[in-house]
Amino acid sequence: MMKSHHLIAIALAPLVLAGCELGSKEVTQTGHRGTAMAELDVVDASASADEIPAPPYELPPPSGPTAGEVYENVQVLSNISVEEFDYLMAAITEWVVPENVDDPERAGCNYCHNPANLASDEIYTKDVSRRMIQMTQTINADWTDHVQQTGVTCWTCHRGNAVPEHVWTNPSSDGRVAMGNLNGQNAPDPNVGYASLPTGVFAQYFTGDGGDEIAVASTGLYPTDANRLTTMETETTYGLMMHLSQAMGVNCTYCHNTQSFRAWELSTQARATAWFGIRMVRNINEAYITPLTGNFPANRLGPEGDPYKVNCTTCHQGQTRPMGGASMVADYPALSFDTVAAAPPVEDDAETMAGEEVASAE
Amino acid sequence: MFDFWIGPFYVGFFGVTTILFTVLGTALIFYAAAIGPTWNPWLISIEPPDLSYGLGLAPLAEGGFWQIITICAIGAFVSWALREAEICRKLGIGYHVPIAFGFAIFAYVSLVVIRPLLLGAWGHGFPYGIFSHLDWVSNTGYQYLHFHYNPVHMLAASLFFTTVLALALHGALVLSAVNPAEGEDVKSPEYEDTFFRDFIGYSVGTLGIHRLGLLLALNAGFWSAICIIISGPLWTRGWPEWWTWWLNLPIWS
Repeated sequence: MMKSHHLIAIALAPLVLAGCELGSKEVTQTGHRGTAMAELDVVDASASADEIPAPPYELPPPSGPTAGEVYENVQVLSNISVEEFDYLMAAITEWVVPENVDDPERAGCNYCHNPANLASDEIYTKDVSRRMIQMTQTINADWTDHVQQTGVTCWTCHRGNAVPEHVWTNPSSDGRVAMGNLNGQNAPDPNVGYASLPTGVFAQYFTGDGGDEIAVASTGLYPTDANRLTTMETETTYGLMMHLSQAMGVNCTYCHNTQSFRAWELSTQARATAWFGIRMVRNINEAYITPLTGNFPANRLGPEGDPYKVNCTTCHQGQTRPMGGASMVADYPALSFDTVAAAPPVEDDAETMAGEEVASAE
Repeated sequence: MFDFWIGPFYVGFFGVTTILFTVLGTALIFYAAAIGPTWNPWLISIEPPDLSYGLGLAPLAEGGFWQIITICAIGAFVSWALREAEICRKLGIGYHVPIAFGFAIFAYVSLVVIRPLLLGAWGHGFPYGIFSHLDWVSNTGYQYLHFHYNPVHMLAASLFFTTVLALALHGALVLSAVNPAEGEDVKSPEYEDTFFRDFIGYSVGTLGIHRLGLLLALNAGFWSAICIIISGPLWTRGWPEWWTWWLNLPIWS
């Protein structure tokens, strides 16, 4: 009898331990002592710093003839020097289509350009790139409340892929029936931390002019005309928050003191940065990506015919600051201001509202 | 030493140490509260040190009080258990009561000693305050996104409910036997056994129900201690994610 007990114990031990993270842990306090606001992570010795692609060559001086003077049909970057234009094109090729993509004929420059006539707009990706360059400029110029002075480049999302790895489309409506409708939940999905929460939260919160209201907490005990939200809405809010958590590899206490999720005075600085980030994602999807729907071929659209859109993971990819906070924008000045308006890069002296401390505390 | 009674209470060596730790600890709680921002009993909070102090000592006003009060609390609890053991020894009965209390002490020590040691900082202990310790529980739960997915928390919660169920059934059954119809004699334990045999085909018996109750209660406390010890030292991500091993079983994945 005792022998069989020992055998069972020996057999169970690896099974039980297999569910554990045995490595050493590192903990970062995110709130006042005793509140249990802390970020816990396994120390990953094998993880190396993100490799940031080096500039193709030294940044040329911003003088000489402009790209608009030398090349035909330059609509967005016409006011920068032709040398900086070529430099930026070389960098974008490395960031987005570094090697053969799905079609070897279209590798490198040819992914967007007709090699016989570089000025031609016949390939849809060229027009998309144009809009994406403007989007990058807008993010760097107008969304410093989120991206701070770190900024973004094409690499922040693309990381060497023609289509960024972490994107989303509306889930297929095939097979939806009146009876047995799971209401888009109870299907363990990494996007919502494998909980039973609704998974179709991106369309709800990351598209549309304003997106749905995320805040669901009431001011009083009873429903009021001002807030008739139900527990169903709280579930989608939690689904969205699970996504934020997964995207940045943090737990709820990175931004919130759970005594009150909605009370700003109890929250950390990071919550304000995230608040602007959610608005930034909406703006990217609504103003830049969705209007391009007609440009994309069928294989670049989701099952419901909408293009691949961004969420927090698109840039963050499990880190509180994308690429560990590495900044590339200084090497690509044309990506930081509206080159169509040809305004010189303005130093933003205004205090950035959010996240400065958090960002430097990493 | 101190082998005497005060009124009905046996004192003994561990009675004295209990008093010493209790008085010192309580006095320190009042002292720490006095230098704190409030006398509102709901809001008084004596907090552990910042995580940056690690496993070292902190200045009194920055977590040092918490550290000494924790020592006093453990000293008082363990003294109380040993006083129970001493009384058991004098009476020549088993040590079931101090052993059972030991499980409660283990649960407390898990929170303020074992888990902080495993995570490398006293600051992981919970604060001594009515509201503040609830905030600690809430935030600690949300560190794992959804604590109800913690498998050992599930086990512990189930055992707590089962303990309550067993106690309610036991209490109700005894009261039913001693409250017969008007003019009838109080019924014997055979009636109680027969009730459950008729009802569910089995009666655990008069002694057995107490064994069962103790087993359930101790396991409830024990597994609740385990569920917090593994949170952090053995798992850092959301508890829902832990269950992906089930989704990844080769049977259907």
